[in-house]
Amino acid sequence: MSNSPSTLFDKVWDSHVVRKIQDGPDVFFIDRHFIHEVTSPVAFLGLETRGLKVMFPEKTFATADHNTPTINQHLPVEDPLSAKQLKALETNSAKYGISHWGLGNPKNGIVHVVGPENGITLPGMTIVCGDSHTSTHGAFGAIAFGIGTSEVEMVLSSQCIMQPKPKKMRINVNGTLNKGVTPKDVILYIISKLSAAGATGYFVEYAGEVFENMSMEGRMTVCNMSIEMGARGGMIAPDETTFNYIKGREKAPKGEAWERDLAYWKTLKTDEGASFDIEYSYDASDIEPMITFGTNPGMGIGISQHIPVSAETGSGKSSYEKSLNYMGFHEDDAMLGKKVDYVFIGSCTNGRIEDFRAFASIIKGRKKADNVTAWIVPGSHIVEQQIKEEGILDILTEAGFQLRQPGCSACLAMNDDKIPAGKYAVSTSNRNFEGRQGPGARTMLASPLVAAAAAVTGVVTDPRELL
Amino acid sequence: MAYDKFTILTSSAVPMPIENVDTDQIIPARFLKATERKGFGDNLFRDWRYNSDNTPKQDFILNNPIYSGKILVAGKNFGSGSSREHAAWAIYDYGFRCVVSSFFADIFKGNALNIGILPVQVSPEFLDRIFSAIEADPHTELEINLPQQSITILATGESASFDINGYKKDNMTNGYDDIDYLQAMKEEIQAFASKSLY
Repeated sequence: MSNSPSTLFDKVWDSHVVRKIQDGPDVFFIDRHFIHEVTSPVAFLGLETRGLKVMFPEKTFATADHNTPTINQHLPVEDPLSAKQLKALETNSAKYGISHWGLGNPKNGIVHVVGPENGITLPGMTIVCGDSHTSTHGAFGAIAFGIGTSEVEMVLSSQCIMQPKPKKMRINVNGTLNKGVTPKDVILYIISKLSAAGATGYFVEYAGEVFENMSMEGRMTVCNMSIEMGARGGMIAPDETTFNYIKGREKAPKGEAWERDLAYWKTLKTDEGASFDIEYSYDASDIEPMITFGTNPGMGIGISQHIPVSAETGSGKSSYEKSLNYMGFHEDDAMLGKKVDYVFIGSCTNGRIEDFRAFASIIKGRKKADNVTAWIVPGSHIVEQQIKEEGILDILTEAGFQLRQPGCSACLAMNDDKIPAGKYAVSTSNRNFEGRQGPGARTMLASPLVAAAAAVTGVVTDPRELL
Repeated sequence: MAYDKFTILTSSAVPMPIENVDTDQIIPARFLKATERKGFGDNLFRDWRYNSDNTPKQDFILNNPIYSGKILVAGKNFGSGSSREHAAWAIYDYGFRCVVSSFFADIFKGNALNIGILPVQVSPEFLDRIFSAIEADPHTELEINLPQQSITILATGESASFDINGYKKDNMTNGYDDIDYLQAMKEEIQAFASKSLY
């Protein structure tokens, strides 16, 4: 180990390089590999074709989430193609000795929710999955990022991928967040400043008081959306909040192993004087509840603001107009008061218990607006159980809402949870791309509080008025 | 999965001057349900290419018979969003072997290289010149020379260089992939793994 100051990212990255290739990528060792039904079948097919085995089956964990229904999970899956993918995951996992939490398993849920809640995700790890929101796990001080199916095959067969080392970016947010401003608003604000491509080529470290004071679930929301500004991933140095979250979880280290790992985890922070390729700083008090108005996550504004005119944005004029046309919005429109047809709370971004507590804090004592269809989808069965035990289900039911079963659901609309063409959704998920939530669907990304305010008023509403 | 070797490609190109083309546009999620890598080209740009009744949208570039070729030329930040390699498979299956843009999203770029599509990053100015050349003559040809790392608009002779690391360049020109490389170093990986904390 050298004595020169180094970053958290360097410490974790450099300790996982098996071989450096001159004028090429690093051969990068992977500690944890998550797989799901959509991006793994072709990788397993590749193993068969080449006659390869899974090198370390105990380092890979499978869960079904992308393609699963969110009602009647006890019945056979109706869509034959979805059923076939789910079956393939089950068969491949059994064949190669991989732990599999399929539909109906009490541990089942969205891959980026179940990894942390079961103590599989730990500080200092390298974690990959064939899903770009793998960046979520960076909240624990892990290097975690999404990969393609060819790379899934590499990890299965050799526990390594070939990866050029990204550049380093630090984003500092200091000060105190205003009332009604959540971790989702913090990350939507950052993306709106940097744009949907502003961090491409970088790995981000989030630092400063706002993140130090944030819960683990909030940190996961922030790291989750790192990819939405193009960054491969984002991470936050582990601290007492992290250690307290992990302690006692099913697969977390225990006894002597806990003490040994804890000592290592405490070294995982950026040294004083370590350098970054680029650094940004923001003031927490400038952030208000956010909402997006366009078709990429960089197109977000404070909820009380008007849609920018294209001259003020970095986008080309024709791309900007195409985006507003798709949304049926106009330059200088106010966002407050826009009609809402659907509300979706859930996903790997905002499908954890704190998100449902926040949602319920506004719903309580109010009624669902008649014009709104709401899909309330927990991130896992464990979250679903918490919703029931904490009385949140009662609050939802009294207000006229129904709770669905866990899965990715309307975040990517692979299952039947599709927003109809032309309809407007306020969604706590991560992407507002054209057609993301169903062909022709129009998505406004926001926090669970903004989603709740829309669900009870039927229009885009400032949640601070209802708190 | 092995793929065709890539050395010099001379072809007309399909222009798509749209920014931030995300992988949900390249292949919408509802077409990711296959368990084999087959037929993704049929659904390339599905919702931009077809109406909801499956009739072609006449104003979409892939439905305009004037434009064809093995090169797709697109606006900045191409391939953002989801990590789905299916997006690269769809582009390859449709018949493209090269995508030219002024900026690529990281995951897409890696996926493309892993399956034999060459991502060629040029300056915004050179990208504009390519769009202008195609606008002037839809049949204009581009030459992509991987050994020389150059892209040339043949009609005007204008040329630019592009970056690719030496390792990936060797892979592309020989049709090798990373799995071949990793399989050859299994003992080294095993030794590394035995010292790993997790």
